[in-house]
Amino acid sequence: MIELKKFSYWYPGTEQSALDRVSLSIAEGEFIGIVGANGAGKSTLCYALSGFVPHFYNGETEGQHTFNGQDMASLDLGQLAGQVGLVFQNPFNQISGARFTVREEIAFGLENLGLPQNEMRARIDEALELVNIQDLAERSPFSVSGGQQQRIAIASILAMQPRVLVLDEPTSQLDPDGTRDVFTALSKLVSTRKITVILAEHKLEWLATFCDRVVALGGGKLRAEGSPQAVLSSEQMLRLGVGRTQYSEAAARLLRTKQLPVTLEQARKALK
Amino acid sequence: MNLRVEGVSFRYPSGVLALDGIDLAIPSGQLLAILGENGAGKTTLVKLFNGLLRPSQGKVYIGDWDSAEHTTAALARRVGFLFQNPDDQLFERTLAREVGYGPRNLGASEAEVKRRVARALKLVGLHDMADAHPYDLPQPQRKLLALAATIAMDTPILVLDEPTIGQDEVGRGAISRILTDLHRMGRTLIMISHDMDFCAEHAQRMLVMLNGKIHVEGTTEDVMGQTKKLDEAEVAPPQLVRLAQALKMPGTPLTVDDFVDEYKQWRKKKKSK
Repeated sequence: MIELKKFSYWYPGTEQSALDRVSLSIAEGEFIGIVGANGAGKSTLCYALSGFVPHFYNGETEGQHTFNGQDMASLDLGQLAGQVGLVFQNPFNQISGARFTVREEIAFGLENLGLPQNEMRARIDEALELVNIQDLAERSPFSVSGGQQQRIAIASILAMQPRVLVLDEPTSQLDPDGTRDVFTALSKLVSTRKITVILAEHKLEWLATFCDRVVALGGGKLRAEGSPQAVLSSEQMLRLGVGRTQYSEAAARLLRTKQLPVTLEQARKALK
Repeated sequence: MNLRVEGVSFRYPSGVLALDGIDLAIPSGQLLAILGENGAGKTTLVKLFNGLLRPSQGKVYIGDWDSAEHTTAALARRVGFLFQNPDDQLFERTLAREVGYGPRNLGASEAEVKRRVARALKLVGLHDMADAHPYDLPQPQRKLLALAATIAMDTPILVLDEPTIGQDEVGRGAISRILTDLHRMGRTLIMISHDMDFCAEHAQRMLVMLNGKIHVEGTTEDVMGQTKKLDEAEVAPPQLVRLAQALKMPGTPLTVDDFVDEYKQWRKKKKSK
């Protein structure tokens, strides 16, 4: 569905590439996690996979970059926006500021799609419910906490019903409950609607529990790719500044095993 | 410096009762973590410590000061504050000016300001970028910068709201070292965090809030062992505690070292049975 082949990207006026010959192929209905230290290229990869690179961020590119077989740069932005949604790391970048209530904020994107009123209402209600903020519908998006704003930003993209959803650290401000809500909602969308979810995240335990595949970046390069357990349990994660779950760390001291556990359930089985 | 909260309630102008009868004593030099779900009242509570908010009822004492008798500016000399969102506290043109702003305002000499700026930037690992613009840094590093600015105030008490948010392993490691240093220097440290693994490793005591009240308080080991109370407050124990529980292993291991030791003992006992 989305394919990068030896794709490199330079932000305008920079000499160091933010992405360096990245090859990555993403199929419909996959739930993919992106890990890497800060500055490793996670956000830039999110921009590339959602088409913000090169459509919004200028700069130089090299290599192939396709969406459903078509060159990403040649695609019409309007069409692309209907299919791919990006949730920014900082909810302030997402919230329009042009609307007075959360409901109106979520309607903002939908208004541009020319949907009938009742369809819009249904989509907004569903999006609010998915991230569990029905009670905020009539509040101002600026009178709520950072965590709640993050949920609003996610809801505003979910309401657009994109086929591909790219999220850049969407749970950074959320408590464990909020994090669980977001991961559960995404996982439900992947299984019921076959949408594709791509998620950059530091919370390894959650990625390991929900993702089909994990991609690790370091210095703009793709350093590892595979099942969450294979990637996240490897010692390479320490060198990349990604770290490992404490399950892996404890098991590394106690077990001689080819693949360390990365989730609670895996650790329980390995150590019982 | 110690800190006391006596019978404090706080109601926002909107009518929401955010704090409801809080009594709390934090001794000098303690590293306390405040936990609880979003909206439990954590940030409201710590904003009373430096006068950003004033209690609707009750008293807050900062050392020998009744906070009601001191301005927010005066309280800032005793209580440093790292906001959850660094952008709430950054406004200068360079990192050095940003970090120097507080001490300069407190009337420190230029030589003293320079010394404190250098030390604080070094602590957070940003000393090579002293002349850069704060907004040229990515957000996680802006948080470290805000932390440097807080440290440069040299206050006996520091409040850190979600210090590890958005940090990768390297950033968490830096914050971990800084907290350990400040703790060793005898500072009173109060940290709000959802990062349970981090809290379990660093905090001496924990305070769990629920609906504006103190739900449970005690040593880290004690609080982390109270599964039912934590459940009620929607606070998940750290990974190692959950693993010990899943294995039906006794104890509340807070660090990997603890876990490894306790696990070995447990296996030995199991075998000998």
